[in-house]
Amino acid sequence: MALQSLDIRRRSATTTRSPDIRSISTGGGVAKLIDTTKCIGCKACQVACMEWNDLRDEIGTNTGQYQNPHDLSESSWTLMRFAEVESPKGDLEWLIRKDGCMHCADPGCLKACPSPGAIVQYANGIVDFHEENCIGCGYCITGCPFDIPRISKRDHKAYKCTLCSDRVAVGLEPACIKACPTGALVFGTKDDMKLHAAERIEDLKSRGFENAGLYDPAGVGGTHVMYVLHHADQPQLYSDLPDDPHISPAVRVWKGVTKPFALALMGFTALAGFFHYIRVGPNETDERDEAAARDLARKQEKAP
Amino acid sequence: MSDSRAHIGNAEQREAAEARRRDLILRYSAAVRTRHWLVAIAFVLAALSGLALFHPALFGLSGLFGGGPWTRVLHPFLGLLMVVIFLILAGAVAADNRMEPRDWAWLRQYRDVVNNREDRLPEVGRYNAGQKLIFYVILACLVGLLLTGLPMWHAYFSMYLPVGLIRLSSVVHAVCALVLICTIIVHIYAAIWVKGSVHAMTRGTVTPGWAWKHHRAWFRETMTHAANSRPRAD
Repeated sequence: MALQSLDIRRRSATTTRSPDIRSISTGGGVAKLIDTTKCIGCKACQVACMEWNDLRDEIGTNTGQYQNPHDLSESSWTLMRFAEVESPKGDLEWLIRKDGCMHCADPGCLKACPSPGAIVQYANGIVDFHEENCIGCGYCITGCPFDIPRISKRDHKAYKCTLCSDRVAVGLEPACIKACPTGALVFGTKDDMKLHAAERIEDLKSRGFENAGLYDPAGVGGTHVMYVLHHADQPQLYSDLPDDPHISPAVRVWKGVTKPFALALMGFTALAGFFHYIRVGPNETDERDEAAARDLARKQEKAP
Repeated sequence: MSDSRAHIGNAEQREAAEARRRDLILRYSAAVRTRHWLVAIAFVLAALSGLALFHPALFGLSGLFGGGPWTRVLHPFLGLLMVVIFLILAGAVAADNRMEPRDWAWLRQYRDVVNNREDRLPEVGRYNAGQKLIFYVILACLVGLLLTGLPMWHAYFSMYLPVGLIRLSSVVHAVCALVLICTIIVHIYAAIWVKGSVHAMTRGTVTPGWAWKHHRAWFRETMTHAANSRPRAD
């Protein structure tokens, strides 16, 4: 193994255990906390992500919004999404959410991926794509509850936020965290991030946001990217952040029971044939059948 | 169009006459045999590449196609090829696959079928009820695979469709493929089980005794037809 800090806990399309004699996941692994209530939408995180990961998206078009680029892409792994929401009181709220991979504890992409080792989950909780093993099928997109992975039109590989696994592996925080000027982005162990979020939520509640809360959805086993939301009761206000994200039942069936069941049924069908041959034997025609055929043919010739 | 049909018709008549000269009966013309084996080859390739993408234990099959990315590229085209050729084949054999009342009686006597007690079964036409069922199951599976495979085809279609549809398609695609593969295993085994069937689909002909035993109603038809098509002395 190259780096102990990148020990792999789970690997796509692999039915045997990953090497796991040591348990180095302290404090619940690593986590990024995105405090939407502190975000000013400056996009420094987007720029830092481009800079560190050497990504240059194509110049897009202005869609009449601050949001730029318009959507995530293979070259834009994080994106500030801007939502203008009118509150019941009649105030206009500008809800800005830094979108990107949530690094689920139960990743739908990894579950769906058919290529061994194209998607891995490190012991620290980061879900990473190893593009050299990616076959470009798009199953990760089918499996993801957050619509995050994007496949490049050029090399047909899937890309998304790595949580700067290369930086984290050597004890640095992700590039976006480094760049955030307001402290809206913080990084640490998941336990620490939850403590920090609890303080923030208490503060928000004391200032009138009674529904402030932490977004760490249990449907995907919790995430290693979490949000502090002013309106945790309505995550969909934040550019359609899913209310209750989970791996779709269709994907669970497809990648769960169907696989062993199908192999068993195919094997059973072939075995049934084999043992039918062994027990009952072939259905053959012999000279008597030929004679009977000649009789019938003769009869039929006379008949008309 | 009509010219080429007539040409095929003539070719088939020549084949049938040639078979009669050797005291055999033409069961599958060269045209039908060609379509059957083209579908068979496309099926094997589509199934192997599909299984590679379906179960991690079978991912090694992707090596037959030049690796994972090539398997992903080729599989949908192989599947399309299989569907298109099958539909052409189906056009030639559909008329003989219509279920008739005697077919249901044949199916009810499945115990006699699997125990080689053919003498107790109702007379069978060109295809027996089992073959007809297999025809319809294959047709249904292929339609299902086509309709669910297109949304899963990331290079051309997925981006235009809602992810919910793609998820549903993925499960249904796997189920259709499973049913199809099991049906084809039964189909292949039946050919091994009923001796003479492989000869029929590779060389085109069967013996009169084979036709009399397994497809008696069809045997009568071919006798009548042969009698009618024989050149008259006067």
